[in-house]
Amino acid sequence: MASRSGATAAHHIVALDEPANPWFTWDYVRDNSGDLQEALQQHVVLTVETIVIGLLIAFPLAILAHRYRLLAGPVLATTGALYTVPSLALFAFLAPYTGLTQRTVLIGLVMYALLILVRNILAGLEGVPPDVKEAAEGMGYSWSRMLWKIELPVALPAVMAGVRVATVSTVALVTVGVIVGYGGLGGLMLRGFQNNFYRAEIVTASVLTIALGLAFDVLLAWATRAVTPWSRNTARRSLVARLRGSSEEAAA
Amino acid sequence: MNLLGDAFVWLNDPLNWSGKQGVPFLTYEHLYISFFAVLIAAAVSVPTALALGHTGRGGGLTVVVSNVSRAIPTLALLTIFAATSIGFGNRATIIALAVFAVPPLLTNTYVGIRSVDRDIVEAGRGMGLSERSVLLRVELPLAVPLIAAGFRTAAVQVVATATLAALVGGGGLGRIITDGFGQQDRPQILAGGLLVALLALVTELALALVQRRVTPGEQRRRLPFPGRRAADPADGSDDPDAGPGAGGGAEERSVSVS
Repeated sequence: MASRSGATAAHHIVALDEPANPWFTWDYVRDNSGDLQEALQQHVVLTVETIVIGLLIAFPLAILAHRYRLLAGPVLATTGALYTVPSLALFAFLAPYTGLTQRTVLIGLVMYALLILVRNILAGLEGVPPDVKEAAEGMGYSWSRMLWKIELPVALPAVMAGVRVATVSTVALVTVGVIVGYGGLGGLMLRGFQNNFYRAEIVTASVLTIALGLAFDVLLAWATRAVTPWSRNTARRSLVARLRGSSEEAAA
Repeated sequence: MNLLGDAFVWLNDPLNWSGKQGVPFLTYEHLYISFFAVLIAAAVSVPTALALGHTGRGGGLTVVVSNVSRAIPTLALLTIFAATSIGFGNRATIIALAVFAVPPLLTNTYVGIRSVDRDIVEAGRGMGLSERSVLLRVELPLAVPLIAAGFRTAAVQVVATATLAALVGGGGLGRIITDGFGQQDRPQILAGGLLVALLALVTELALALVQRRVTPGEQRRRLPFPGRRAADPADGSDDPDAGPGAGGGAEERSVSVS
């Protein structure tokens, strides 16, 4: 009986305390700075690893598909099919084999990043104007020299656009890794949810994740400008063209 | 391979096909959540995009919306909505998923309207059509293929993302996976993954067929049909009509998987 009334009392306190579940407090940030730092670090590491490994796989694939036209269909179809698989399902396929490890999350993330990267690198390579290539051929450029000196530099803006989209998507996607215990800031979101809807925890982790994605995006935008100085003065495109362009850059 | 066999044993167990935890009910719940999420998103974004597209204003807004949405993790919205007075469960899930269905619908509808040949629009005006009629009887019908592409992207994305609802106490096929992880039941995890992947692929194919039906002859050949889209990546760049469809298809789904 006593415990029962205790439970009701506890209920009352919860009810009274309800306003005291603020969406954000600096107290939370201060008291949990260790956890936040750890989660943020895991998030950053997973994202950077994903993009680096993704690029290491995507470049050879895209160059192969570019060189041997017959391969383009299968390469893009495979990466595209991987992309249709929902992330939770992908981790479900991997986890029974690779275990509840950070590597499981990494493999899944790389698979998703591949589609964006391969498509963009390939679109960049295919986007070299034919007269430029003819001129290079006329000057006696070999296939490999054409690739290194003409095609890859011309493709660079498209590649960087792909890296930006892939990075921002990966930052958001890392959170799903929570299902195998390595979700970076996603771990804190779920912990906040399970911890009686601890709003400050959920919101802090969410805001940090979005900020991280945008920070990566800004950094990569600067990097793009740094590595493609020639594209700085290109004419402004119309809004509709930009809309089309952004979806093409992302997926073409 | 033994594990895969066990997953099929799980799928063949009649116990897993009955009741509120059974595959049929969870599939129904999954589709129900997805349907309402897309419906709400469409109710908000299609009229908005029609108005913006017709007046030619707000293009910047649609760019911003689709770019920002890519950075928002689904899990963040799911947990945030669950912590509001809406409470956790299917209602919070539907609202969270609707937010992610807005960008592809908004972008595709806007671009669809803007891509209509200005001469045709002027001809409509010349015939004395009111602005409303120009929008509803000239621009809208011509934009239908692109709007359909937007619906397909949004729906496939929502069906894929609805899986995550199970992480925050929602229903749907994701339950099988999360319960599997909870019970360390590896065959069940794998079986759940197979079911979810299958549902996503079936949705993609079904809506690709719908999109094909509503797209008239000439553009149809250039449609981002599964396989076809993949076969020719340059497709979007020279065809304004296939562009955003093909683009939206993959770009927006980057959000979906989160």
